[in-house]
Amino acid sequence: MLDRPAHIDDETPETFTGNRALDHEEPLLFEIGRTDATGVDVEEPPQFAARLGGLERKDRIGLPGLSEPEAMRHYVRLSRKNYSIDAGLYPLGSCTMKHNPRANEKLARLEGFADLHPLQPMSSVQGALELMETLAHWLLTLTNMQAIALSPKAGAHGELCGMMAIKSAVAARGEGATRNVVLIPQSAHGTNPATAALLGFSVRVVPGADDGTVRAAAVQEALGPDVAALMLTNPNTCGLFEREIVEIAEAVHEAGAYFYCDGANFNAIAGVARPGDFGVDAMHINLHKTFSTPHGGGGPGAGPVVLSERLAPFAPVPFLRRNGETLALVEHAEGTQSFGRMTAFHGQMGMFVRALAYLLAHGGDGVAQASKDAVLSANYVRASLRDVMTQPFGDRLCMHEVLFDDAWLKGTGVSTLDFAKAMIDEGYHPMTIYFPLVAHGAMLIEPTESESKASLDLFIATLRDLAKRAKEGDAKRFTQAPRFAPRRRVDETLAARKPVLRWCAESPSL
Amino acid sequence: MRYLPLSDADRKTMLATIGVDRIEDLYADAPASTLLKEPLDLPRHKSEFEVERIFSRLSARNTAAGRVPFFIGAGAYRHHVPASVDHLIQRSEFLTSYTPYQPEISQGTLQTLFEFQTQVALLTGMDVANASMYDGSTATAEAVLMAHRLTKRRKALVSGGLHPHYAEVVQTISRLAEDETIVMTPDVLGDEDIVAKIDETVSCVVVQTPDFFGNLRDLTTIAEACHRHGALLVAVFTEAVSLGLLTPPGAMGADIVVGEGQSIGNALNFGGPYVGLFATRHDYVRQMPGRLAGESVDADGRRSFVLTLSTREQHIRRDKATSNICTNSGLCALAFTIHLTLLGEAGLTRLAKLNHANAVALAEMLERVPNVDVLNNSFFNEFTLRVKGDAATLVERMAAKGVLAGVPVSRLLPKAGLDDLLLVASSETSTQEDRAAFVTALEGSL
Repeated sequence: MLDRPAHIDDETPETFTGNRALDHEEPLLFEIGRTDATGVDVEEPPQFAARLGGLERKDRIGLPGLSEPEAMRHYVRLSRKNYSIDAGLYPLGSCTMKHNPRANEKLARLEGFADLHPLQPMSSVQGALELMETLAHWLLTLTNMQAIALSPKAGAHGELCGMMAIKSAVAARGEGATRNVVLIPQSAHGTNPATAALLGFSVRVVPGADDGTVRAAAVQEALGPDVAALMLTNPNTCGLFEREIVEIAEAVHEAGAYFYCDGANFNAIAGVARPGDFGVDAMHINLHKTFSTPHGGGGPGAGPVVLSERLAPFAPVPFLRRNGETLALVEHAEGTQSFGRMTAFHGQMGMFVRALAYLLAHGGDGVAQASKDAVLSANYVRASLRDVMTQPFGDRLCMHEVLFDDAWLKGTGVSTLDFAKAMIDEGYHPMTIYFPLVAHGAMLIEPTESESKASLDLFIATLRDLAKRAKEGDAKRFTQAPRFAPRRRVDETLAARKPVLRWCAESPSL
Repeated sequence: MRYLPLSDADRKTMLATIGVDRIEDLYADAPASTLLKEPLDLPRHKSEFEVERIFSRLSARNTAAGRVPFFIGAGAYRHHVPASVDHLIQRSEFLTSYTPYQPEISQGTLQTLFEFQTQVALLTGMDVANASMYDGSTATAEAVLMAHRLTKRRKALVSGGLHPHYAEVVQTISRLAEDETIVMTPDVLGDEDIVAKIDETVSCVVVQTPDFFGNLRDLTTIAEACHRHGALLVAVFTEAVSLGLLTPPGAMGADIVVGEGQSIGNALNFGGPYVGLFATRHDYVRQMPGRLAGESVDADGRRSFVLTLSTREQHIRRDKATSNICTNSGLCALAFTIHLTLLGEAGLTRLAKLNHANAVALAEMLERVPNVDVLNNSFFNEFTLRVKGDAATLVERMAAKGVLAGVPVSRLLPKAGLDDLLLVASSETSTQEDRAAFVTALEGSL
C-alpha cells in the first residue's frame, strides 16, 4: 500500500488523499517537481566554445520542473480554486468586473500584434501604429480631450503620468517651487495620495459633505497659491456623481491649479458625458475596467491618459505622428516640452487590441448603452435592498455602483467582513468592503452592465436572505463563514507577522 | 448588442422598481450642461465577424517576427512559448479573476504567485521577490526609489550599460520627484569605471548584466564598493533566460535585482504587456514595492496563501505607501511561472545554452564579414556590431530584403555618436538558414 502523500497531515479529514472528489489539494510545484524533469523539448546545443567571460553559473538553481501532462494538471487544479467573472457575479465596487469577450483574446493573439517587436523598423509596423491611432481617436472622442498618452501600463501608472504632466506644466510656468500641494478628497482611491506623494507633492485632504460628494465651497477653502492640482474621481467612490463638478473645475482653474480626474469610474458615463466638458485637464482611462480587458488575477492593466490643451505639450514619449500615409513614433523628448519616458516601450499593445475590439463591437451606440445599463443595474440593486440595508448618505440615485454601510448590522454580532464571507458560501464573490473609508463598514456593490435581470434578481434575493438571517440572530452562519470554499477563513495576521514569502527546502511549511 | 443581456422589457421593469421613467433620469445629479445631447460621431456597433475582418487587415500590414529571419533584441526577446502556457493562462478562472482580495476563493492565483516569487528568488539568487511589476523598466525605477528610502539618500548612479529606455524612465521619475540621477556615458565595451564615482552621497548604483550592448559584467567589485560607502547595488537584466546560464546577481552581492520577465512565457506584443521581476534581501522586504503573496493557515489549520504585508501599500498607507502600484502583471507572471515550470532547471539550462550557442555561431559568421566587427569579449545571446556606415540605414536596407536585422543603437541613443553600431540578438528561434540569410543580406547591404 502507498503511504499518504507528504502534504497530507493527520488533521486532514476523511479521504486518503485529502481530496474531495473534484476538489483537489494541490501541493506546491516545489514539492512535486524535479530538477531533472522538463516539459519542453529543447534541442541539445552543439559543441561550441562559450564566450561567457568566466561568468557561467557555478551552482545549481534548484528550480523544479514538470512534464507537460503534470504541469497541465497542476495549473488546471489550481485554477479551480479561483472565483472568476466567467463563473459568477463579481460585484467588486470600483473594480468593474464585467464580461470579457473571447473574440478580443483571439484578436490580440494575431501574429501581426502578438509577434511584433517594439523596435522593428516603423515601416514594418504600420498596422499596429494605425490601431493605436484609431484607439486614440475613440478615447479622445469619448472624453472630448486634446491629446493622449498611450504608454501608461495601469491606472495608477496613468495617474503618475497625468500628475507628471501637471508637475511639468507647473514648473514650466516657473511655479515649481511654490505650487507643491495636491488636494484630494477623503473618499479618494489610495493610489491618488500615493501618486501625489511619489512626485514630492504634499497632500491636503478635502472633506466630503454629508451627502457623500465634494462641495465647490470646500475646494475653494482648500485652494491657495500653493496648490498644483485637485485629484477627484467622478463619478466618485461613493457611487455618486459630483454635482458641483463644473463649479469645482472653475474654482481649481481660477486658482491657477489643474484638475486631475481619476477615471476609474468612467464606465458610468462613457458615451453619456465627456470629462472634457466638465473642465478636466488630465484623466487616466482604465482599459481593463471600462473597456473590459481581462483582469488576469491582478493585471495586466492599461492606463492611457487623456490631456487638455494646456497639458498636451508635456505628454510623455513615445507618441504617434502622422505624415500623410505613414505613421511614426516620436521616441525622444529632446526639443519638445515632453516630460520624458515612463516605460521602456509603447505601452500595453495587447490591451489596446482588446479594448479597441470591444469598442468596435459596441460602437458609439453600444458604449452609451453599456454605461446606462451599468447605472440601471446599480440603481436596481439599491432600490431592491434599501429596505433591509442602510446607505451612509441616504437613499438617492447612484451611478454604476451602490454604497451601503454596516449601520443595519448593529447589534447583530455580524461585521461587514463576516457578511462578505457568508456571500462566498452562497457562491458569490463578495463586494468591495471597507472602501471608501468615509463610510463605516462600507460595502460597495458594482454589478456592471453584463449581468442579466435574472442574475441580478437572484443576487438581490440572496442578499435579502442573508440580511434577514443576520437580523434574526444567526450570527454563526456569518462568523464561521466561509464553510464551503476551498479554504476557511485565512489567518491574515499570522501571514503579516511571520512573513513566509517563498518556499524553502529547509522549512517546507510553517 | 451581444454583450448586454438586458432587454427593453427588463429595463422597463427595473426602472419601475427604482421609481423613475427613463434611464436618462438616473443621471439627474449630473449638471445638464455636462450631458451629451447628441450621440457622438463614432461608428455604430459591429458583428464579431466584421470586427475580426478589421483586425486581420491591420495585422496583415505588420511584419510578424516569426515570418522572417529575425535578430532584434534590445530589451525584448523572441522565444518559443509552449502552447500549453497560453492555453492555461486562458483558463477562465485565471484570466477573468480579479486581484486576490478574498483568499478563500483565490487560492489558485495566490499559490501561483507564491510559486512565481520562489522561482524569481531562485533565479536571481535573492531571498525574496514580489508578485510582479509592470515591466523591467518601471521595476528599475521602483528599485531606485526603494534604495532612496532605505539609505535616506537621493542620488542614483546609473551605468552607461543600462538599457537607455530604462535610464530614461529612472531619470524621468527622479527629476519629477526632485531626486538626482547621474547617468554615465554609453559604455559600449563594458569597461567604464563606475566604482570611482561611488561616494557617501550615492544611494544606489544601477548596473545591467548582460548590459545593453551585450557585455557580461562581474558585479562583485561594484557591490563591494557600494557596501563600503553605504550604497546599494541594483542589478538589472533584460533577458531572463540568461539567468539559466550565468552567475546570478545575488551571488555577486546585489541588494536589489530587477529585470524583464517577458522572455519567459510572454510574447513580444509590440512592447507590452510584459512582466517586471523584483527581488531583494529579507531585511528590505518592508520597503519593497508592489504586491506580495505569503503563506498562512486557514481556520482549519490548512496551508493557505494570502496577499500580505499590505500595510506597505497605497490602500492602507495612502501618501506614506512604498509605491502607488495597485494593478500589477498577474497574468503575465502566471505565464512566466508556467513556462518556467515546464522548462525546469534542466530545460532552462539547455535553452540558455542553445541561445548562447546560436549567438556564438552568428558572431563567428559575422566576424568573417569584411567591414564588420563584433565588439564584445563576452555576451549571452546578443552582441554589438560595428559596421561601415550608418546602422539605421543598413537595417532598413536589410528589412527591404526581408531580414529584421537588429536594432541600430542610434534609435535609442540618437545623440551619442554611435551611428555605426548595431545590436544583434539570436535566440533559439533563429536557425542556421536564418543566420545565413542574415549574412547574405548584410553583405548585400553594406
